[in-house]
Amino acid sequence: MPVDKSYIGKSGEPVTMHIERGKIREFARAIKDEDPLYFDEDRARREAGGIMPPVTFLQTLSHWDDGRGRLKLPFDLKRVLHGEQEYEFLKPIYAGDALTAVSRIVDIYEKPGRRGGTMTFAVTETEYKNQRGELVARARAVGIETGQVVKD
Amino acid sequence: MPTTPYWDDVKEGQTLPEVRVDKLTRTDFVKYAGASGDFNPIHHDQTFAEASGNPTVFAMGMLNASILSRVVTSFAGRPAVRSYKVRFATRAWPGDDVICRGTVTRKFERDGEKLVEGELVAVNQKGETLISGSFVAALPARA
Repeated sequence: MPVDKSYIGKSGEPVTMHIERGKIREFARAIKDEDPLYFDEDRARREAGGIMPPVTFLQTLSHWDDGRGRLKLPFDLKRVLHGEQEYEFLKPIYAGDALTAVSRIVDIYEKPGRRGGTMTFAVTETEYKNQRGELVARARAVGIETGQVVKD
Repeated sequence: MPTTPYWDDVKEGQTLPEVRVDKLTRTDFVKYAGASGDFNPIHHDQTFAEASGNPTVFAMGMLNASILSRVVTSFAGRPAVRSYKVRFATRAWPGDDVICRGTVTRKFERDGEKLVEGELVAVNQKGETLISGSFVAALPARA
């Protein structure tokens, strides 16, 4: 079933995520990063202006999204792959910030799968603004629904 | 953490220090699920993974991408990162190693910042590419 292209251009509702120290520590541990800038507040303040979240931390938006922030495409979870992910950082983000994220589907397209079936690609862009309304980051994700269950 | 390098001292073609995680475990996947909020059962639920046609659970692409991002942060420091981009190639399974490498490809200036651009790759113990990627980081200039 081809995915409805009328999703293109639609945005989810804004989602506010709080950048928390404890969650930064948990995330840094999960990615096995022992950089003291994630753990030592005094040192982080001196060297970085505060504790900054790891590069890929904005992925934790899903903890704050009750489902309304992200437009749910009718993709089969058993056949979904993450194709690409990109982050652009425009201003520093620190523990204690409250970011508001808005996600928009910017493209949906199809390609024939190498092993039969049709692959559907969905491109989502998310903008993150801080509590002062400053645009601090942008993310771009490409999700793929494969034509059949994924085999490497 | 090593001191942030000066932009002037970085060379195009320069190799960045390797970052590696040996022998991923299912516990690693569960820790990353809790940290990130990615609870797609295909990464932690054996029954669901098998029903999806997979021999077992596999790592979230973003776990591997997070490990790969450490090549950039351990070289330039987290505050320096201006952009980070990855493309997922193949999957990592329990027991696999994630070996991450980077190379500086370009030095340039933009909006008054001294920047370096580089290529990144994460491979498994068989040399298969898990992720390819790129980054831009801002570095201090010598006075």
